[in-house]
Amino acid sequence: MLSTRDLVLCALFAALLAGLGMAPPIPLGFLPVPITAQSLGVMLAGALLGAKRGGLAVLLFVLLVAAGLPLLAGGRGGVGVLMGPTGGFVLAFPVGAFVTGLLAERFATGANPLRLFGTCVVGGVAVVYAGGIPWLSLVAGLPLEKAALGSLAFVPGDLVKAGVAAVAAAAVRRAGVLPAVHA
Amino acid sequence: MLGLYLHRDSAVHRWPAGVKMGGLLAVTAGVMTLPGAWGAALAGALGLGLLAAARLPVGRVLRELRAPVVLLTLLFGFQALLAGTGWAEAAVAVARFAALVLLATLVTLTTRVADMIDLFERVFGLLRPLGVNPAKLALMLALTIRFIPLLAEQVREVRMAQRARGVERSIAALFVPLLVKIFTMADDLAAALEARGYDPADNGR
Repeated sequence: MLSTRDLVLCALFAALLAGLGMAPPIPLGFLPVPITAQSLGVMLAGALLGAKRGGLAVLLFVLLVAAGLPLLAGGRGGVGVLMGPTGGFVLAFPVGAFVTGLLAERFATGANPLRLFGTCVVGGVAVVYAGGIPWLSLVAGLPLEKAALGSLAFVPGDLVKAGVAAVAAAAVRRAGVLPAVHA
Repeated sequence: MLGLYLHRDSAVHRWPAGVKMGGLLAVTAGVMTLPGAWGAALAGALGLGLLAAARLPVGRVLRELRAPVVLLTLLFGFQALLAGTGWAEAAVAVARFAALVLLATLVTLTTRVADMIDLFERVFGLLRPLGVNPAKLALMLALTIRFIPLLAEQVREVRMAQRARGVERSIAALFVPLLVKIFTMADDLAAALEARGYDPADNGR
């Protein structure tokens, strides 16, 4: 059962995702393009809250987007965005956070950034693309391999985000503020 | 929070959220099963009819549709130019989803966020036998809406602190204090909820 603190944490992380979408893109020293951090929030939710609470936090965010709040980066929202070409990626966000959390609970319980990076790449990048690419292929009438090829352009940026999420998650775990992941 | 809802005095606005979302699901299923472009044509006509009936400003609706339309056009262009074959099927797929995205956008623009959230709660209530607690979900959704300005403010604060220290390009300097703050805030907020009589064991029946 979810404790009061769990409810609050899920809501706070869902709000963090929204806040990251509203914040101006963050410039990183080594990247020419500033990153929008929403998918970063997905990985952080999974890595720090675990499968159940992380997935739930991101699900709350997606539900509010579906309800018509303009919370996606660029002020977009509504059912139309979810049914559009990039909707599959957003719909896969909660699953991505869940899988990130599941892997983190098994293989990256400590503050090792490399292990956390691995979980973020699988949950936050691979799973999200596995949802987004078939959807894009269906909506745009593209063969699956072409939809995959077109999405490849975003992989380097997402790998950087996984790295950022891993480093940040490791530092937060070292800070010792985390509740037990195996609650 | 107002969301994308756009108020007009129309019958479409007054239809219950459940009718609109149910209708959208039914039309989606219909469009995907009807052969060829028939479904897309019917759904497109329905969309245009509803657009007129809802008395929404066309410019505003077009603005909502711009991003997906640009992306679909680009994808379709590449497909037609590079592949040469299969573009007829691609045209049907694009037409189908263009019509569906128009209908979905109309649902969003004519339905209040609060009504939509009520609908989600009722739908999740059906999952109660699976251990889903709609009252908790409703509370979390309400809390999230309340926390969004709070978190946006926190993001701004931390970034300002970074700038003051000249570390605005450090990743750790943004996310670590932000996340640590979230975890400590959670303790206080949970205590505040329980101090006001919230009982997590109450299943909301």
